Amino acid sequence: MSTTDTPATGFAVDRSALHHLADAQVNVELDTGDMILNLGPQHPATHGTLRIVVRLDGERVVTADPIIGYMHRGYEKLTEFRTYPQVTTLINRIDWLSSFANEVPFMDAAERLMSIEAPPRAKYIRTILTELSRIATFLLFLGEMAAQVGALTPVFYGFRDREYVLNLIEAATGGRFHPNFNRIGGLKDDLPWGWIAECRSTMKVVLNACDDFEDLVLGNEIFEARTRGIGIIPDHVGPSYGVSGSNLRASGVDWDLRRDGPPYLAYPDLDFKVWTHPDGDSYSRYWVRLQETREAARMVLQCLDGIPSGPVMAKVPRIIKVPEGEIWVETENPLGQMGYYVISKGGTGPFRVKIRSASFSNVSILPWLLRGVYVPDVITILASLYFILGDIDR
Amino acid sequence: MKPKIPGLIGGLGVTLKTMLRPAVTVQYPHEKEAPAPRARGVIALKEENCTVCMLCARQCPDWCIYIEGHKEQRPPRREGGRPRSVSVLDRFDIDYALCMYCGICVEVCPFDALFWSPEYEYSEFQISHMLHDKVKLGEWMESVPEPEPLEVGAESKGKK
Amino acid sequence: MATIPTLALNIGWGTTLAIKTIVVLTVIPLGAIVLGYVFLMKMMSHMQSRLGPMDPGGFHGWYQLVGDGLKFLQKEDIMPAESDRRVFAAAPAVVVMSTFLVFLVIPMGPDLVVKNLDVGVFYALAVSSLSVIGVLMAGWASANKFALLGALRAAAQLIAYELPLLLAVVGVVIQAGTMSLQGIVLSQQRGSVFGWGGLGEPFVLTQFIGFALFLVASQAELTQTPFDMPVAESELVAGYMVEYTGFRFLFFFIGEFGTAFAFSAIAATLFLGGWAIPGVHGDLANILGPVVLFAKLMIVAFLMFWVRFTYPRLREDQLQALAWKFLIPLGLANILLTGIFKVAL
Repeated sequence: MSTTDTPATGFAVDRSALHHLADAQVNVELDTGDMILNLGPQHPATHGTLRIVVRLDGERVVTADPIIGYMHRGYEKLTEFRTYPQVTTLINRIDWLSSFANEVPFMDAAERLMSIEAPPRAKYIRTILTELSRIATFLLFLGEMAAQVGALTPVFYGFRDREYVLNLIEAATGGRFHPNFNRIGGLKDDLPWGWIAECRSTMKVVLNACDDFEDLVLGNEIFEARTRGIGIIPDHVGPSYGVSGSNLRASGVDWDLRRDGPPYLAYPDLDFKVWTHPDGDSYSRYWVRLQETREAARMVLQCLDGIPSGPVMAKVPRIIKVPEGEIWVETENPLGQMGYYVISKGGTGPFRVKIRSASFSNVSILPWLLRGVYVPDVITILASLYFILGDIDR
Repeated sequence: MKPKIPGLIGGLGVTLKTMLRPAVTVQYPHEKEAPAPRARGVIALKEENCTVCMLCARQCPDWCIYIEGHKEQRPPRREGGRPRSVSVLDRFDIDYALCMYCGICVEVCPFDALFWSPEYEYSEFQISHMLHDKVKLGEWMESVPEPEPLEVGAESKGKK
Repeated sequence: MATIPTLALNIGWGTTLAIKTIVVLTVIPLGAIVLGYVFLMKMMSHMQSRLGPMDPGGFHGWYQLVGDGLKFLQKEDIMPAESDRRVFAAAPAVVVMSTFLVFLVIPMGPDLVVKNLDVGVFYALAVSSLSVIGVLMAGWASANKFALLGALRAAAQLIAYELPLLLAVVGVVIQAGTMSLQGIVLSQQRGSVFGWGGLGEPFVLTQFIGFALFLVASQAELTQTPFDMPVAESELVAGYMVEYTGFRFLFFFIGEFGTAFAFSAIAATLFLGGWAIPGVHGDLANILGPVVLFAKLMIVAFLMFWVRFTYPRLREDQLQALAWKFLIPLGLANILLTGIFKVAL
């Protein structure tokens, strides 16, 4: 596929000469008009209420128009009238599959405004829980992308192995999906007895599951035929649309906020590898996320080995009032780069919070990416970009 | 170097291996798994500790706690003292159809009157029945687990 | 079978016809239910690390599909307003009828065959292609643009994979020397492998390419993953069955699993030896034959469903390329090799 940027409204003529010739003949004989297909808000392939209006010419997509906002819940307005603990509760629900990771940048922002640092044990536990939520959401992705491509069984393996991780999160925080565990200055509670040993054995299960996925899905020639060369995002196009996270690393761009951004949590102490892949197609996005799952499991094991003792909560006043100021904090969430711009006017709650969510920018590349692909490939591309509607619409 | 098995065959091996292992399903009504002791199932109320300070109702993000109370005069503790005024709880309802299970009320209570319980089988057929009063909340106190020991390296606080 | 000689029963012509009709009419739905329960409900569940139906009927949910069938029967019969009513109603019947017709030539014992045609294999393959007409009728009569597209795609796929099916079978016919299914079974029973007659000579040993081709082609004929693009098109639009509910949908379901049953039976007959166990003849073979055939067809069905639950699906153009550019040349090469070996050795 060529990398010329043809405008989205024109029929892209990037394919090889043979394909184009065949299409031209068929169009002349049958004179098919353009057909408009509505991948409606309720659809098994779009993970949530995303609507894509696709204009088809036979089997090929001419233009694609994503329409978002079906799940807008007014987060930024809600945070204007809530205190910091209440906002923490709400922002769990932005990206609900990796909900602990949503709290981290907001807590970081509030703590920096107050010039408080969480104790080292709290930072390590936060890192462990963030990586656990990364594993949880990627295990679901590994199963669910295979399901979109047609294989029925990997979904169940993904959900089954994810249960062990969710049980771990529940044992520590009380909630499987919405931990609500961060507090300004540290964490709500320490870990229960026996958690570290159970975490180690769960990481072994996760690593075995990744091997299973590699055998069952990645190595499968049919999967390769369906995903190689489909939906290529070149490395100069991705950043210009704001694509971030694994989608960007799958195009070969070596950028990870855990290593390259300002230091946060316990990542400066950890030794981890950032995985990239030179093609930018759907296969490489699956591959990168599989490797990142393994890497996250290894990071959790490192944290467990090096976890310091001590308190999990810094000294904070009972009623927390954050001093005036504004700050921007961005972290590497499982879906991409998530950031919060917090403006505080000294009250018990923020004055204004702007949420930069990863999936919103990831989805913006769809009109460019979907031109000229076949209809079944639209499904493959949507699955490989891995967005969550709560993250797009907030 | 092991010879590389074609991926198609390797995939078949994974499904066969899984088929021969026992299934992981827990057949719900006949077998039940116990949730973790810290699991946020339901909120229980210990009425004798409550002083109707209204902190929980104020801090709830959804405003799903409804509290009414009145002040009563109690006889003084010893001879010659003033009569004490005591707050008595009339009504403490939590609307579980609104509750977000965030736990802010449990944390914020200064008198340890609210507790988390891992009870999860309290579904109802009508939404209006999800408003539970202080009698029911008091019954759930029995399912509140003991505070559990913490991990190695923690500064023990043994909180709820 | 006018008489069963050794049992010395004299059954008249009318009774024979009645027995044959009842057998043909019941064995397909029963086979569909058994295959559906064992493979779709239980084997698929265990491959996915779960249990499948456990409550209906008490013992591991055996009643599930019967309950499903009854549920479909009591549903309202809805037809689209603009559909062609008679064609709409007839389409499921055409699809299911071709399955019943295939079953006429499958032998279950030395005397247990409804009609031992001399061109049995030819007849079976020809009649199984009739279901394509049913699919096209369903798509056209639904008065739904997307159903029509799905039906055209399904028809293209089914026609493309008829050829590898045929070519796989030609190798068996050359080796057996006859097109009659009963004759093929008997030649496998009497044959020997390197002089040892203990196992007979199941053709899977020499016709392994043909067996693989037959399995792949029958997978495509049944529109099962990895070839289920016409049906799983329900990602975007629904397949040709979109407008069907209630008992008409039940017909399609019975047709799908009944055809799986029939194709497994044909594969077991052509490649694994059918009802025959070497050394067992006469009356014992009449009693054991159906059981043996059932066991062998379950092995073949296991392979088909194993592949179905493991692989993702191929895109339509990749599917057609596989058929025309890979499977058909392979089938032709198989025939060539078989002919050389048969004549030269």
